Amino acid sequence: MYAQQVDTGSKGLKSLDDMSPEERHFQEKVDAEVRIEPKNWMPDGYRKTLIRQISQHAHSEIVGMLPEGNWLTRAPSLKRKLQLMAKIQDEAGHGLYLYSAMETLGADRDEEIEKLHRGEVKFSSIFTYPTLSWADMGAIGWLVDGAAIVNQVPLQRCSYGPYARAMIRVCKEESFHQRQGYEILLTMMREGTDEQKEMVQDAINRFWWPSLMMFGPSDTNSPNSAQSMAWKIKRHSNDELRQRFLDQTVPQLEFLGCTAPDPDLKWNEETGHYDFGEINWQEFFDVLKGHSPCGIERIQQRKKAIDDGQWVRDAAVAYAEKQKANDAA
Amino acid sequence: MKNDQALIEYLLRLADTDMVLAQRFCEWCGNAPALEEEMAMLNAGLDLIGQARNWYDYAAELLDDGRDADHLAFRRNEREYRNLLIAEQPRGDYAVTTVKQFFFDVWHHLVLTRLTESSDERIAGIAAKALKEVTYHRRRSTEWMLRLGQGTDESHRRLADAVENLWRFTYELADTDDVEDQLAEAGIGAGNVGDAWRAEVARVFAEAGLELPEPARHFYMDGKNGKHTEHLGFLLAEMQYLPRAYPDATW
Amino acid sequence: MADWTLFEVFVRSKHGLNHKHVGSVHAADATMALENARELYTRRSEGVSLWVVPAEQITASAGDEKEPFFDPADDKVYRHASFYKLPPEVDQM
Repeated sequence: MYAQQVDTGSKGLKSLDDMSPEERHFQEKVDAEVRIEPKNWMPDGYRKTLIRQISQHAHSEIVGMLPEGNWLTRAPSLKRKLQLMAKIQDEAGHGLYLYSAMETLGADRDEEIEKLHRGEVKFSSIFTYPTLSWADMGAIGWLVDGAAIVNQVPLQRCSYGPYARAMIRVCKEESFHQRQGYEILLTMMREGTDEQKEMVQDAINRFWWPSLMMFGPSDTNSPNSAQSMAWKIKRHSNDELRQRFLDQTVPQLEFLGCTAPDPDLKWNEETGHYDFGEINWQEFFDVLKGHSPCGIERIQQRKKAIDDGQWVRDAAVAYAEKQKANDAA
Repeated sequence: MKNDQALIEYLLRLADTDMVLAQRFCEWCGNAPALEEEMAMLNAGLDLIGQARNWYDYAAELLDDGRDADHLAFRRNEREYRNLLIAEQPRGDYAVTTVKQFFFDVWHHLVLTRLTESSDERIAGIAAKALKEVTYHRRRSTEWMLRLGQGTDESHRRLADAVENLWRFTYELADTDDVEDQLAEAGIGAGNVGDAWRAEVARVFAEAGLELPEPARHFYMDGKNGKHTEHLGFLLAEMQYLPRAYPDATW
Repeated sequence: MADWTLFEVFVRSKHGLNHKHVGSVHAADATMALENARELYTRRSEGVSLWVVPAEQITASAGDEKEPFFDPADDKVYRHASFYKLPPEVDQM
């Protein structure tokens, strides 16, 4: 997802009996669905896990602006330009909501961003892929935002209050993103030329598997899941969310009149779900390690923006200090 | 020139300038000095494209030749574009963007204020809505002029460099041509806002610690009549790529 | 090192309502904080008024002090209107 493979620092779960009184009190609150707030006592691992997860989530929102920004100057009509700008702006906003939630845990935004720029923390694998045609704006809105929403809806009930509340805001605002993306594709499929229809299918072919990878590796291969679930930072397994996304997406795919690049994709009458083919996890792990078409460029661009902007931020601080001195005088 | 024809020219100037400036804002996406500034620039860009669309819609109605707002924005070439030269200048660093925006915002605010009184109700309506947005734009760019002007030595130097580079294009803001004069006489257009523009710029320059140059002299280029700098062609090539490459497509 | 100050943001969503905490922004000064808050928290007409406060200026009750700090209020039910049982004829009060 936007935060993939978040390390919780523990591979085994403690039972209530093994916990210190504080830990037990904390866990009982979590179990009783009482939200944890910034000033409450919390285990160090919980705090660190949340900082990792929320920062990764925030970084992904910010880096996620770049593949779309790649087409912002080339949007094909006034309406599409306005929509894409508003969507990208929301993503900046969502990144900021998330950084704000993260800062309630005592983390510093600028420091966390520096970690991203040094390559010490990751952003979502999906944003390392290039956007090669206008149809990619549709595919990203529909598939990538669609997958993000499936992940974020349960996060609205995350045990950590500020994160849960940020997610409520994000989910409310994001509802237009997926529809906007789907509508781009639908317009091209229904009213477009043959060339445009090919563009749509090509975009789906490229973004289909990476979207499924967004949910992270299978649960059997996800060592941190159990602790995150016990802390109710995570509510559902990766596979469960992936299946939920797929089940809702395939009928939309058929309605478009397009196909998925997966010969094994078919409805399973018995399970009531879609079966799908094997995900190429090697690609996922390669991408996370930076072996990807745009991973390095995305970080370079972000780093350059912040580095080049240093003098601007410094000027604003210097000006504020002078104003303060003038007021005092 | 008949009033209607002059009006179409005038509307296209307003629309094209908004459009070109918004395109420059789009270029900042992912590159702004702070995420907060990124939000602000995208907001201003959204305002400007919204305004451009309103002007284009009206121009398209008056033209009545089958072209719509999108056609006017995405299918006219650089000799047909009517934007002010200052709008098409490269975004440069944040000082260049701030100065460009400030010069334009002050002018824009004065023009829109007068247009709310236009005898053409359609224009008055569009201007009234745009004026709210532009009042905020002007406030923001003025604040940044002061921050950069009074901030650090480096920011002051960059700001002064930007002024030196961009000042020569400001004659278009301080002067009017026949089209503008004709519409002003008819009670439709805003007319010449040059004196008020210079006064406001002088006020902010004094506070920012900048020297006010002599009024910029005309030169042979003239964005309002389709004679541009070399930058516009590239800007349009990028912006108009899809509608040009796929003329039969529906997006 | 943080470049800009952290400000907490409060929005009044409608006339007549209280300001409510919505999150935070970074800014060099309070003017900029107000503008940044406007761009971030009122993009969809969510507000009619904004407050920004430097985060370090806020003194909060300790999170786990709920018991000594707030529980004493729990048994003072006479502070709540529902404590006073009135006959149905005048119960609209």
